[in-house]
Amino acid sequence: MLIIDCPYCGPRPEPEFTHGGEAHIARPADPSQATDQQWLEFLYLRKNTRGVFAERWRHARGCGRFFNALRDTTTDQFLATYRAGQKPPAVPVGGER
Amino acid sequence: MQKFSAWALFKEAFGGHQGWKSQYRRATPKAEYDAIIVGGGGHGLGAAYYLAAEHGLTNIAVVEKGWIGGGNTGRNTTIIRSNYLFDESARLYDHSLKMWEDLSQVLNYNTMFSPRGVMMLAHTVHDMQVIKRHVHANRGNAVDNEWLTPEQAKEFCPILNIEQNIRYPVVGAALQRRGGTSRHDTVAWGYARAADALGVDIIENCEVTGIRRDAHGAVEGLETTRGYIRSAKIGVSAAGNTSVVLDYAGVKLPLESFPLQALVSEPVKPIMPCVVMSNTIHAYMSQSDKGELVIGAGTDAYNSYTQRGGLHISAHTLESICELFPVVRRMKMLRNWGGIVDTTPDRSPIIAKTPVKGLYVNCGWGTGGFKATPGSAHLFAWTIAKDEPHPINAPFTIERFRDGLLIDEAAAAAVAH
Repeated sequence: MLIIDCPYCGPRPEPEFTHGGEAHIARPADPSQATDQQWLEFLYLRKNTRGVFAERWRHARGCGRFFNALRDTTTDQFLATYRAGQKPPAVPVGGER
Repeated sequence: MQKFSAWALFKEAFGGHQGWKSQYRRATPKAEYDAIIVGGGGHGLGAAYYLAAEHGLTNIAVVEKGWIGGGNTGRNTTIIRSNYLFDESARLYDHSLKMWEDLSQVLNYNTMFSPRGVMMLAHTVHDMQVIKRHVHANRGNAVDNEWLTPEQAKEFCPILNIEQNIRYPVVGAALQRRGGTSRHDTVAWGYARAADALGVDIIENCEVTGIRRDAHGAVEGLETTRGYIRSAKIGVSAAGNTSVVLDYAGVKLPLESFPLQALVSEPVKPIMPCVVMSNTIHAYMSQSDKGELVIGAGTDAYNSYTQRGGLHISAHTLESICELFPVVRRMKMLRNWGGIVDTTPDRSPIIAKTPVKGLYVNCGWGTGGFKATPGSAHLFAWTIAKDEPHPINAPFTIERFRDGLLIDEAAAAAVAH
């Protein structure tokens, strides 16, 4: 079980949270003009990173808010959590594999 | 290849069983092959076998970063069934189920296929409706499936608790009698041995670190931890690590990799004659020939490559198991482990050409790839050899996500994902 540091509430156990998938995916700015390829990328294509990965979490059984996290998917260790809308913080070099 | 038979066993007994040979060569990579399969699991080794046996391609290799069958092939709960909802899926999985039936004879290797019946439980009115819909859809596709009352379900699996006073009582079940289990390791070993006998090089401890492409973008070869290997055809069958390998060729896939857990109990005398699955409370169980109860848990909520999962996931499954099968409540669990499963948004696999010439992919099997091993391998070999999909795997493309032609077994909930 992971301990996740909610930026609003502090460290809490994983069952309080729901996972929201990859972070920083922007919806096409002009949906009616988006091509099938752009919809494919928005809806389905994911980085599935082996290494440091930016992802969304929601503190569903706590404050209810979405936030983002950087987690190493080879160890499940959290490197940082940060509020929605913020840019991901810099991570130590060598994290990416 | 040393043929296995009663006579061979008898003959070797006189030599004190010292005459048995290694079942496949520990090959070192050659400079060039006609085709290379990345991933030495059941699907990859099977594809190499069918490429050699049915398509005459014998100058081929399987590269595996660890040891063969050490990934999801050796980590799954060995359930085999074909009771999927959609026509495309029913054709795919039933193709595979039919191949299981004579696989031991084809490979001269006892895969211990045991069609003992797979029973899926219904606990609510919604379950009854969904599962009956599956039963009818399956029958329409000539896939056997039948509806059982709770009493009939208990008759088929006597340790099942059908009392109506539990949180999710059993209100019925669907039974596919042709479904069952098989010994998972034997599938990797059997395919490896048979492929090796046809000249296929099986190269272990050889991790892919890059894919080289020529000026026109077509694949040229593989960079590996054991050197560069040229090949104009590369088939990737790398399960949870497929995204990583295809990223070397710049191909993005609609995949996410999740840890999926399983666990086994201490071995006991036979108490369970079939496989029982429950989607609603997410538990499934069967008994291995060694006597261990083999229990499947769910995936973790987050994507990961750690090959382990959260304890609360398996604890949750055990709570369900104890309620469904009260007889196991005092048993100890001996081992639990995780594997990394690559899931697609519609929970159907991809067996297809990629946008890169000479690069093929067989992935997205998610939580249920073992059952498909022979069929998937057979169709992947066809796709690689002929550079076009077999009619059965033609719908299972990457482009279906762009074109809106999903085969949405996720919504159909053949199992809880």
